[in-house]
Amino acid sequence: MIPILFFFFAGLAIASALLMVTHKNPVYCAIFLIITFFALAGLYFLLGAQFLSVVQVIIYAGAIMVLFVFVIMLLNLSEEVRLPAGRRLQSGFGIVFAAILGVQLLVIAAAGTRVFGRLSGDTPVSGTVERLGAALFSTYLYPFEIASVLLLTGIVGAIILGSKKLPKEQ
Amino acid sequence: MNAIPLNFFLLVAAVLFAIGVAGVLVRRNALVILMSIELMLNAVNLTFITFAAKWQALDGQLFVFFIMAVAAAEVAVGLAVIISVFRLRGTVHVDEINLLKG
Amino acid sequence: MFDLVWLIPLFPLLGLIINALTGWKSAGVRPGVIASAAVGLSFAAAVALFFELLRLPAADRLVEVPLFKWIAAGALSTEIAFQIDPLSMVMILVVTGVSFIIHIYAIGYMHGDRGFNRFFIFLNLFVFAMLILVTANNFLMMFIGWEGVGLCSYLLIGFWYQDDYNAYAGRKAFVVNRIGDFGFLLAIFLIYATFRTLDFTEVFSQAAAMPIGAGVLTAIALLLFVGAAGKSAQLPLYVWLPDAMAGPTPVSALIHAATMVTAGVYMVARANVIYTLAPTAAAVVAIVGALTALYAATIGLTQFDIKRVLAYSTISQLGYMFIGVGVGAFAAGIFHLMTHAFFKALLFMAAGSVMHAMSNQTDMRIMGGLRTKMPRTFWTMLIGTLAIAGIPGFSGFFSKDEILWQAWSGAHGAPWLWLIGAVAAALTTFYMFRLIFMTFFGTLRADDKTAHHLHESPGVMTWPLIILAVLSLIGGYVGIPAVLGGSNHFEHFLAPVFAASAELRGVAAHGGAEGHATGHSLELLLMGIVLVLVLFSLWLAWRYYGRKSDLPARTAARLGGAYRLVFNKYYVDEFYDAVIARPLHRISESALWRFIDVRIIDGSINGTAALIGAGARALSALQTGVVQNYALAFVFGVIALLVYLFV
Repeated sequence: MIPILFFFFAGLAIASALLMVTHKNPVYCAIFLIITFFALAGLYFLLGAQFLSVVQVIIYAGAIMVLFVFVIMLLNLSEEVRLPAGRRLQSGFGIVFAAILGVQLLVIAAAGTRVFGRLSGDTPVSGTVERLGAALFSTYLYPFEIASVLLLTGIVGAIILGSKKLPKEQ
Repeated sequence: MNAIPLNFFLLVAAVLFAIGVAGVLVRRNALVILMSIELMLNAVNLTFITFAAKWQALDGQLFVFFIMAVAAAEVAVGLAVIISVFRLRGTVHVDEINLLKG
Repeated sequence: MFDLVWLIPLFPLLGLIINALTGWKSAGVRPGVIASAAVGLSFAAAVALFFELLRLPAADRLVEVPLFKWIAAGALSTEIAFQIDPLSMVMILVVTGVSFIIHIYAIGYMHGDRGFNRFFIFLNLFVFAMLILVTANNFLMMFIGWEGVGLCSYLLIGFWYQDDYNAYAGRKAFVVNRIGDFGFLLAIFLIYATFRTLDFTEVFSQAAAMPIGAGVLTAIALLLFVGAAGKSAQLPLYVWLPDAMAGPTPVSALIHAATMVTAGVYMVARANVIYTLAPTAAAVVAIVGALTALYAATIGLTQFDIKRVLAYSTISQLGYMFIGVGVGAFAAGIFHLMTHAFFKALLFMAAGSVMHAMSNQTDMRIMGGLRTKMPRTFWTMLIGTLAIAGIPGFSGFFSKDEILWQAWSGAHGAPWLWLIGAVAAALTTFYMFRLIFMTFFGTLRADDKTAHHLHESPGVMTWPLIILAVLSLIGGYVGIPAVLGGSNHFEHFLAPVFAASAELRGVAAHGGAEGHATGHSLELLLMGIVLVLVLFSLWLAWRYYGRKSDLPARTAARLGGAYRLVFNKYYVDEFYDAVIARPLHRISESALWRFIDVRIIDGSINGTAALIGAGARALSALQTGVVQNYALAFVFGVIALLVYLFV
C-alpha cells in the first residue's frame, strides 16, 4: 500500500511543481502549487507526521495560497507574453544551473541508499498533536514564543508595506 | 515489497528543490518567483521530515513547524512588498525592476 | 639655578606665542615691546647663569641639563638637553645681548610697517632657534636649531615678499644653505655611524682616543665644515649673504652679521677636538677662511650699496674667524666672533639709521655730508669702523690681532696665512673708511626731496647704537693679550672647553712658557706692521674719498678689466648661474618635467586611472540591477560549493 501511495503523491508533487513553474498564468501557477502542497501533505503523512500534514493543508494550501490568489486578483496581472532578448541567457543559464543543482542533490541523496533503512508499514515516529504539543511547550518553548513574535512582526510589516501611500516615481 | 527506501523521499525533495530553483531563475513574475521559493521551502521540509523518520526523533518535525511559521511571515511581507513595487512601478516583472543597477 | 637654563630659550618662545596669538590686532608697538622684553628676560637669565658659572671652579664648568628623552629608537637615543660651558655661555650672552639691543632698535626701525607683528614673531623665533643651536648638548638638537635659524633667515630675508627680488633673495639663501645643511647632515650620519652616539661629550671623548689624522675624523670635519661654510657664508657658498641684505636692516644686523652667520664658527669651535685630530681639515678651514677674507674684502672695495659693503665685510670677517679656528686658536676665533657681533651689528644698525634718514636709499653715491645732519649715527658708526679696522684701543684691534698672531704662530699657522690676513685687514680699513667718507663727509648728493626729509633717527634707534658703540669700544678689553700687559681673561675663561684639544696637541693650555721673549718681540713687530698697513690704507681712503677728487674714477679706468671683474663680484653669481643653475633648470624643464613628470609619472598615474576606469566600466556591466542575475550567480556559487565539498 505504502509504495503505491508514495509513488502517487511523489508523482503528483513533481508533475504539478513542473506545471507550476512552466505555466504562464499566475492563477494556474497558484492552483498547481496548491496541488503540490496537497501531495506533500500526503508524503508527510506517510512519514508519520500527521500533525504537520494537516497543518500543511491548513496553512499552505489554505491560508498562504489564498493570500497569493488575493494578490493576483488585486494586481490584475496579465500573462507573461514577451520574452526580451536579454532574458534568453538568463533563462538558459537558469535551467542549466537548476538542472546541475538537481543532479548534484540527487547524487547526494542517492548516495545514502545503503545507510537509510526502508519505510515499513508501522510508522516509525508518530508526529501526533499531543507529542508535538508537549515538545513545543517544554523543550521548544522559547523558539515557539519567538516564532509568535516573528509572526506578529510579519503582520505589522505587511500592513505597513501594503497600506502606505508611496510617492509615484517620477 | 510493501516498503520503500526512505531516501526516495529525499530524491523527491531534491527534484522539487531543483524545480523551485529553476522557477526562481527563469520566471519573471515576482509572484511566481515567490511561489517557487515556497516550493523550495517545502522541499526542505520534506527532507526534514524524512530525517525525523530516519532518526526516530521529533526535532525534525518541530523544525518544519517553525519553518512554516517563518514561511507564513515571509509570504505576508513578500506579498506586501510586491504590492508596493507594483504600485510604484506598475509591474511585477523582476527584469524591469533594476534600480540596483550600478 | 642650572636647572632653570631652559628658561633662556623659553622666553623668546613665549614672546612669539603671545605675539602670534594676540599681536595681530594691536596696531601700536606692543608686539615689539613684548618681543624685546622676552629677549631681555633671556638676557637677564643668561647673565645670572654666567655668574653662576663663574662660581664653579674652572675645570668643572661643564653642566649638562637634560630636559627629556626625545628619541629612543634602538641604539639611537637622543635627549633634549642643554649644555652650559664657557663656550655656549659666551654664545648665549652674545646672542641674547645683541638680540635684545637689536630688538629695541627694530621697534623704531620697523615702526609703521604693515608686518610689524609678524616681524617680531620671526625675530623671536630666530632667537629661540639660535639659543637651541648654541645650548644643545648633541649634534641632532644643534641641527634643529641650525635649521630653525635657517628658516628664520629665509622668512626674514623675504620679509617684504611683495617685492619679487626679496623673495628671490630669500629663496637663494635657503637653497644655498641647504647645500651646507646637507653636508652637516652627512656629518651627523657619519658621526653616528662612527661613535654610535650624537652626544657632544661622548663623541669628543671617544674621538680623543683616535689617532691624529684618522680618515673618518677628517671626513667628519670636512663635512661639518661644508655645513659651516654654508651657514657662515664662506667660499664657495657665500653667494647668498650679499643678497640677504634684501631683508630689513635689523635682520641684517642680527642674523646676517652678529649671530646666525657665526654659527659655523661656533660649530667648528665646539667640535675643536675633531679638528685638532684632523689637521688636514683644519688646514682646509684656515685656507678657506683666509681666501674668503681676502676675496670678500676686494669685492667690498668696489661696491656702492652701503649694506652690500657691510655684507662683504661680514663675509671677510667671518673668514678671519675661520682662520682663527682653523689654525687651532679657537678662543681667538670666538673672541673675534664676539667683538665682531658688537661692531658689525653697530655698523649695520647705523647703516639702517642712514637709510632711514635717506628714505630707504642705499646707494652711497647719493649720500655725503651726513656727519652734521645725524651726528649720533656718525659718531657711533665711526667707532664701529675704527673697531673693525683694528685701530688700537678698539675691540676689533685685540681680536683681529690675536687671530693674525695665531695665524703666524698657531698650531697650524703659517706666515703666508698671516700675510693674507694682514692684506685683508688693510683692505678692510680702506673700504670701511671709503664708506664713512662717502656717506658722512663731503656734500650731500641726493635730490631735494630726500634732502628735505633728512633727519637724525629717534632715540629708540640711536640709543642701541650708543650701547653697541660702547661695547665696541670696551668689548676687547676682556681679552688683552699678554704681550700688551693683559692676561687675556677671555681665553682663560674659554680654556676648559679647548683643554682636550690643547692636551692632544701636546701644548700647555695657555701657550708655552719657553720662547716668550722672542715670541713677544715678534708679536709686537707683526702688530706694528699691520698697524702701519692699516693706517696707510686709512690715509689712502682719505686721499681717494675724503675730498672731492677724480682719483677713484681714474684708478678704476686704469685698472680697467680688473676693476670690472671685482666690481661685478668676480662674476661668481653669473658663473654659478651658467654652470649650475641654468643646466639644472634646463634638465629640470626638458628631462624632469616634460619627460619624466609629464610622460612617465603623469602618464603612469593617468594610465592607471584610465585602466581602472575602463575596468570599472567593464565590470559595472555585471551590475545589471536585475535581482535574478544575482540569484543566478548565487546558484552558481552553491553548485561550486557542493562540488568543492563532495568531490
